[in-house]
Amino acid sequence: MEDVAIIGVGLHPFGRFGAKSAIEMAADATRAACADAGVKWTDVQVAFGGSYTVDNPDAVIGQLGLTGIPFMDVYNGCATAATALQLAADSIRSGKYDIAVAVGMDKHDAGAFTADPVAYSAPAWYGEMGYFLTTKFFGMKINRYMHDHGISHETLGRVAAKAFRNGALNPNAFRRKPVSVDDIVGSRMLNYPLTQYMFCAPDEGAAATVLCRADVASRYTSNPVYLRATTLRTRTYGAHEVHSTWAAPTQVDAPTVVASRAAYEDAGLGPSDVDVVQLQDTDAGAEIIHMAENGFCADGEQEKLLAEGATEIGGSLPVNTDGGLIANGEPVGASGLRQIHELVLQLRGQAGDRQVPGNPRVGYSQLYGAPGTAGVSILSV
Amino acid sequence: MTQVAFAPDVFTWPSDAPQLVGGRCPSCAAVAFPLPSACSRCGSTDVERHLLPRRGTLYTWTTQDFLPKEPYASGETPDTFRPYGVGLVQLGDEVRVEARLTESDPRLLDFGMEVELAIVPFRTDDDGTEVMTYAFTPVQGPGSE
Repeated sequence: MEDVAIIGVGLHPFGRFGAKSAIEMAADATRAACADAGVKWTDVQVAFGGSYTVDNPDAVIGQLGLTGIPFMDVYNGCATAATALQLAADSIRSGKYDIAVAVGMDKHDAGAFTADPVAYSAPAWYGEMGYFLTTKFFGMKINRYMHDHGISHETLGRVAAKAFRNGALNPNAFRRKPVSVDDIVGSRMLNYPLTQYMFCAPDEGAAATVLCRADVASRYTSNPVYLRATTLRTRTYGAHEVHSTWAAPTQVDAPTVVASRAAYEDAGLGPSDVDVVQLQDTDAGAEIIHMAENGFCADGEQEKLLAEGATEIGGSLPVNTDGGLIANGEPVGASGLRQIHELVLQLRGQAGDRQVPGNPRVGYSQLYGAPGTAGVSILSV
Repeated sequence: MTQVAFAPDVFTWPSDAPQLVGGRCPSCAAVAFPLPSACSRCGSTDVERHLLPRRGTLYTWTTQDFLPKEPYASGETPDTFRPYGVGLVQLGDEVRVEARLTESDPRLLDFGMEVELAIVPFRTDDDGTEVMTYAFTPVQGPGSE
């Protein structure tokens, strides 16, 4: 199996961009990624495009050049971008292609996501009666977690405050103004214990990554970042997941836990080897839970780690250094490739004001979404 | 006043002791709610109708403090919206079900508290018909029915 290197990353800022289409943003991100990699679009042999709102992400080739390459469209909930990345990486690992692109794009309306619950295998009344909200699932999950493991409301506030602080350092972020812990905890309650400023918002943006066979990476770049593992897992019986009318009477590990273990095994690395982390922070509680689900701490340790500032850019376990979903918002198809963009900048030492000190060598990213799908990627220099 | 069930196949009603209608897999014994066409655990398509216990405990909960977008069909507007509680209710060793709670005050909800199924008004239509749905309500102390 061929090893895979990331030789280029590109990002269209996340936020709101008026009439600009998701396809146009994706074209910008892909051009930026190709320029970063030093390849031309005509060098790209295969591409995977992720989106929730765009039926045919492959329409982006109409702006990049109609080269006739295979281009496959991907949707996999909030794990869409991790899926596009994995498929692009697998296309190289298989030996079939040398240069692949993964691109994600979306353009969402403001406010919580909604859809037809039947499309998620839930009954129609699940939406009509007011259950079809990802936000209330996250409220229930973190509420129990806080009860079981002694996490305070203030710690939820610290997670969001860190996200906004890091967002203020990131010119591509949606939310770029620091907010105090008190203002976060005191903002409007949406789903107890989660308040308005503890949630990410659906927004707009695009991100792209150029991958190549590791043994030819030096032709394109002097600082390749290697993709050491990409794993995807769906829920197993006993997992309590979003958009479900019921759960088994006893709980098993969430799909993130399973995906994470598999990724560490594939990479031959463990949590203590990781220098910079990107986690799915759909809400502040999700970041706390995902710290433990990905092996970075024991359940409950987050209370102390957040109080000590461990997850800050200069801390021992920097998490969501670009502001994460809370400061960037979530254009679903692009979100996971934003994580990869940030990790690549960090591992190259190009993250500017957000740079994690001490030459970080290993980066880790995790996505989680409906109806219980997790994706993990591990990168290293 | 006419009362109708929002989703007639989901709970037994009218009844003095209504129950949620779930399914039990004869192959692997997994219980689900509502009655599914196939078992999530083993894939069997022979799941049998199974009435769930009326009482349980509150495994976890949250509140819904903003008006959900469509397809929410309570007929409320942002001005008339009344927040509601949502819980994951443990019904013995059978299953946990997601359900509205009649209580939405965080100070009055607690992990492990005993709750009981209730059929409650969800919406009143223009013709005065009251549309009923299922919810769990805190049991008011020992022995109360």
